[in-house]
Amino acid sequence: MFYVSVFVQYMGQYMKTKLQYRADLFVEWLSDLMAQAVNLIFLLVVFSHTPLLHGWSRDEMLFIYGFFLVPYAVFAAFFNLWDFNERYIVQGEMDRVLTRPVHSLFQIILERMELESLLGAVPGLVIMVYVGSRLSLSFHWYDALMFILLVVGGVLIYAGIFISLATISFFADARTSIMPMMYNISSYGRYPVDIYHRVIRYILTWVLPFAFVGVYPASYFLRKEEWYGYAFFTPVVGALFFAIAVMLWNAGVRWYRGTGS
Amino acid sequence: MDKYMEMIRIRFLMMLAYRTNYYTGILIYAINIAAYYFLWSAVYGGRPSMQGMSLEQMTTYVAISWLARAFYFNNLDREIAMEIRDGKVAVELIRPYSYLGMKAVQGLGEGLFRLFFLSLPGLLVVSLFLPLQFPEHAKTWFAFALSLLFSFIIFSELNLLAGVVTFFTFRNEGLLRAKRFIIDLFSGLILPLSFYPDWAQRWMHYFPFQAISYIPSMIVTESFQGAAARDGLLMQAAWCIALLFPLGWLWRAAKRRLVVQGG
Repeated sequence: MFYVSVFVQYMGQYMKTKLQYRADLFVEWLSDLMAQAVNLIFLLVVFSHTPLLHGWSRDEMLFIYGFFLVPYAVFAAFFNLWDFNERYIVQGEMDRVLTRPVHSLFQIILERMELESLLGAVPGLVIMVYVGSRLSLSFHWYDALMFILLVVGGVLIYAGIFISLATISFFADARTSIMPMMYNISSYGRYPVDIYHRVIRYILTWVLPFAFVGVYPASYFLRKEEWYGYAFFTPVVGALFFAIAVMLWNAGVRWYRGTGS
Repeated sequence: MDKYMEMIRIRFLMMLAYRTNYYTGILIYAINIAAYYFLWSAVYGGRPSMQGMSLEQMTTYVAISWLARAFYFNNLDREIAMEIRDGKVAVELIRPYSYLGMKAVQGLGEGLFRLFFLSLPGLLVVSLFLPLQFPEHAKTWFAFALSLLFSFIIFSELNLLAGVVTFFTFRNEGLLRAKRFIIDLFSGLILPLSFYPDWAQRWMHYFPFQAISYIPSMIVTESFQGAAARDGLLMQAAWCIALLFPLGWLWRAAKRRLVVQGG
């Protein structure tokens, strides 16, 4: 209960500071939108030359992309760990975080949230509704629950991987460029994994399970029954990777000695 | 001239100090190109060619486009915007060199560094496991080198233009981001322009963006040969010169308008 009230208060403060600079907010949203447009145009242009990509149609690919945008937006809003090393380890902010009465990871999530990223989910929902009606996908009442469950699973996978990466900073305080690399790799989960070599497919499923944030859960709504097993497994993989990440984080905090700066 | 050469050298050495970052860079690059290769294989789906390009040519196109980008890419626009925000630009302007010229050679120093420490080893790595198709004629390589130099000049001119606009607007984060996406899309970096619909291609002809990535990559994959390659180079040269005019004009106006906030 204490955690919830702290969360709500941080969120209130955040809204106040952000709404002070509405023009910036608009520009940020616009540039998010443009980044999404680049990906969409790539898909549209590619599919103007081929009707099917390994058996997947243009609309199905668009649906996968639309679905991916939702968990990604939630992840980007709450797990802003890009500069964790720089800000918390090198500059020594971690020492302050450890004196706070909530769990250190929770405290960092509170401090670094970027709620405006949630707007990135809107184009995703629009794409899904539009493409879904073109494909005349069936929709049952329990699919809404399923959607929430799969999105949460996807968010936990993303969070798990990036928290684990951030944890490396506790053990080695040298700056690495693994984060942008992971960001690049994550985008390959948006394409049907059967186009890849089986090594890459295995990695995207079990090692860095980004396929569970794109193609697997989306195939549940696309009624691709051969992928149902993977789709239903999404929340399990999410919970597993998130739990591992939190354990690694706790171990990292115990190891942490501070940089003395 | 000496001072400009010295600046190229200094930037090169500065980048050399942080070279470990580039080892992971090569890995990122290799993984990216491999994934693109599988994606394009699926798009081709066994067809021998699309828009006049074979799968090998397309793979080479993608691999070379990203490598060329490492050479011509720079953040001059952001650097200028930052110096204006911090007020450092005032000191820069009283120094005995051309501000924009100095920025351009700094970009060149960085570009040369990445060419030797990222592009060339990266190319070596991916050519081990992907079917790339390199040109045999020395003439093609020469044309490609020239084309790449033009790419750098045009990209830097556009960056300097965007940077100088900051003198008038103070904040132009939005413009800089928009420019990045437009260049990604319309320079032919993520897709050869010949894949776009005809009406879009006609429009793109009137903009300098295709001279950044599309022309050099088409030359090196020998999709442009003979007259087409020559026309491409001429077009790049024309843009190099044409962009100098708005740049010179804006720069003169900007120096008059300069207001240093704090610093």
